Amino acid sequence: MDKIKVVLAGQPNVGKSMLINAMSGSNSLKVGNFSGVTVEKTELSFHHDSHTLEMVDLPGTYSIQGFSQEEKVAHTYLLNEEYDVIINVLDSTHMQRNLLLTLELLKLNKKMVLALNMADEAHKEGLKIDVKQIEAIIGVPVVLVSANSKEGIEELLHQVHEVFDSQERRSSNIVYSDPVEEEILELCHYMDTKGFKLRDLSSREIAIRILFEDNDLLKELDDSPLMLALTPQITKAKEHIATHHDTEDIEEIKANEYIAIARGIRMETVVCKGLKGKKNSTKKIDDILLNKYVGIPIFLFFMWGLFQLTFTIGKMPMDLIDDSFKALGELVGSFITHEATRSLIVDGIIAGVGAVVMFLPNIIILYLGIALLETTGYMSRVAFMLDGFFHKFGLHGKSFIPLVTGFGCTVPAYMATRTLKSEKDRLITLFILGFMSCGARLPIYVLFAGAFFGADEAGNVIFIIYIAGALLGLVMAKVLRVVVFKGEDEPFVMEMPKYRLPSLKLIWHTVYNNAIGYLKKAGTFILAASMLIWFASTYPKQSLLEQEYKVKIEQALGDEIQVATLENELKLKTLEASYLGQIGKASEPFFAPLGFDWKMAVALETGLAAKEVVVSTLGVLYAIGDEVDAKSNSLIKELKANVSFPSAMAFIVFVMIYLPCLAASMVFAKEAGGYKYLVYLFFFTTVTAWVLSFITYRVAGLMV
Amino acid sequence: MRLSELTKGDQAVILKIKTNEALKTRLFSFGVARGSELLVEACSLAKQTMEVLVDDTLIGLRANEAALIEVEKL
Repeated sequence: MDKIKVVLAGQPNVGKSMLINAMSGSNSLKVGNFSGVTVEKTELSFHHDSHTLEMVDLPGTYSIQGFSQEEKVAHTYLLNEEYDVIINVLDSTHMQRNLLLTLELLKLNKKMVLALNMADEAHKEGLKIDVKQIEAIIGVPVVLVSANSKEGIEELLHQVHEVFDSQERRSSNIVYSDPVEEEILELCHYMDTKGFKLRDLSSREIAIRILFEDNDLLKELDDSPLMLALTPQITKAKEHIATHHDTEDIEEIKANEYIAIARGIRMETVVCKGLKGKKNSTKKIDDILLNKYVGIPIFLFFMWGLFQLTFTIGKMPMDLIDDSFKALGELVGSFITHEATRSLIVDGIIAGVGAVVMFLPNIIILYLGIALLETTGYMSRVAFMLDGFFHKFGLHGKSFIPLVTGFGCTVPAYMATRTLKSEKDRLITLFILGFMSCGARLPIYVLFAGAFFGADEAGNVIFIIYIAGALLGLVMAKVLRVVVFKGEDEPFVMEMPKYRLPSLKLIWHTVYNNAIGYLKKAGTFILAASMLIWFASTYPKQSLLEQEYKVKIEQALGDEIQVATLENELKLKTLEASYLGQIGKASEPFFAPLGFDWKMAVALETGLAAKEVVVSTLGVLYAIGDEVDAKSNSLIKELKANVSFPSAMAFIVFVMIYLPCLAASMVFAKEAGGYKYLVYLFFFTTVTAWVLSFITYRVAGLMV
Repeated sequence: MRLSELTKGDQAVILKIKTNEALKTRLFSFGVARGSELLVEACSLAKQTMEVLVDDTLIGLRANEAALIEVEKL
């Protein structure tokens, strides 16, 4: 079967992904995401009319000349990869701006079809588009389509086949401004009289490229005799054009010409009948949502709602998943008699998988919210309103959403940074996200605040901890911007898309892909790492110790308190002798200046696996048993007896700042684009945590 | 005058764009260039960002970026 490789290119918000969905229907054979660091292009293939269509969906870009990551990806792909047909997708209701990209694409001299998407919307707005006329001007087939109503999809596929089979390229009838046209004519005339030819290019095409300084062509012409003879004439021509445009900047001249052409094409081919009712609805919504005074409160309300949904509704399935994995573990465990194998499968594998799956409800709900924000066009408005504040700290207005999410759970927060398009903004946001204390750190704060400040003060102290973390994050963002991510700010300038009703299919697609992506990529690593931690905390086996305690416990049988104490002593001693305990003891000198003993060091180290574990580890280490929670009175008593006030404060600060849990760290590495960033994050957070804890320890020491 | 000096509801035509290359290219790709007419649609609190309408396209930009665009009020 013949293959046709089709590339979809278009500006953002033109409904490319929707169109791909509509074109492939349910025949899609495979969908894969090929993720670069920031930019993903999607590939899929399906059969149509005895051909296999391979589709590549390039990231939406306003131009292919620009500097942004997406633009570079699109540009490199279009220039260097092998493909048969370009489908240039346009938004029928924003033809003029969309045509600017089309004009750039035409320069590639590839087989192309124009898909004027959102035909139904244009129809509703009373726009009448003369397709034949556009075809005549641009010289490529044009199809009116709507991914929504499926109108024109068959026709578009048909045209792809036609263009693929055709040998000839139709020439375009694009007319530049008078001075440019005059100079083109002159150059053409000269080339024709000299009989100059280059590949299959017409003299007009060559002339245009010379005048607009197309570097590829100029290189090709560099040592041809023609260029030598033409040079004086070209200089004169450029001067003429520069005078007309009042600038010598060729990019600006090109932009002016293109914009004029695009405006010309629109005016010639689009008639607007009826009232501009639709456009005003975006305006009306903006008047409310972007209102100076109520805009931000409204947004905060939405955010609060999303947060509530994520962490209250998300909590229910989370608990359910947790319980079912525990039940499964017990069930499976009861069938395995071999102790070491049972421990590996139940405590290592099943618990590890459970820890990964547990975050799934959170991620799904959060992504649902973000997809809604993005597809409706509200996200850009959020950035617009908050950028003033966040830009002061070297962040972007859009950083707000991941930062707020970080207070709930750092895993989805890291994933939410994908909405940031600039690499610098995204990395800075990723690096400071851990400072937003996640929900799992709360029990640790509750425990320590309760122990050292009493029940009345505890609430205030915890609030201060959260606020201090957030402020520290903002300050560190500024520091990172000044010290590490130096250089000019990326421009903020962005399109405020029209408000649109979200498409269920697209949202489903986004949510599904992200959920699967999380399970696949993070899952394998988190699983491996949790097994490693399980191993480190269980081995080497202390069989002598176990024997000894087995005997003791048997002797104490009947006295429940005695048995419980003995069991916990065994746990304590096993943990102390395990690799993890050894590491904790070895790292004691590192923590000594902060006033932590080896028990606190081990608790912090188990906290690398999951912050929830810190409290239960402290429970084991301070000999109460691991069935403790933050409210446990006996643990509070033990802590008070064994830990000084300054070291407790230092401990809180350390917990606030140091590396997020394993699951989050793995997601961080993926989102930042490599494990080297995780190493940076480790040093960044550890050093900050250590220094600030040290200061806290000293200052608190003075106060006592 | 500068674009940043305009307020909500003002209409103007662009005279000169004096930003750096990256920003210029971005503006060009939005169809914003010398001679484009614009309408200020909204300003954020303390006017740190503003939203302008140029040929059917709504564009958000920072005040310090808008300060580099010279306009003539209509």
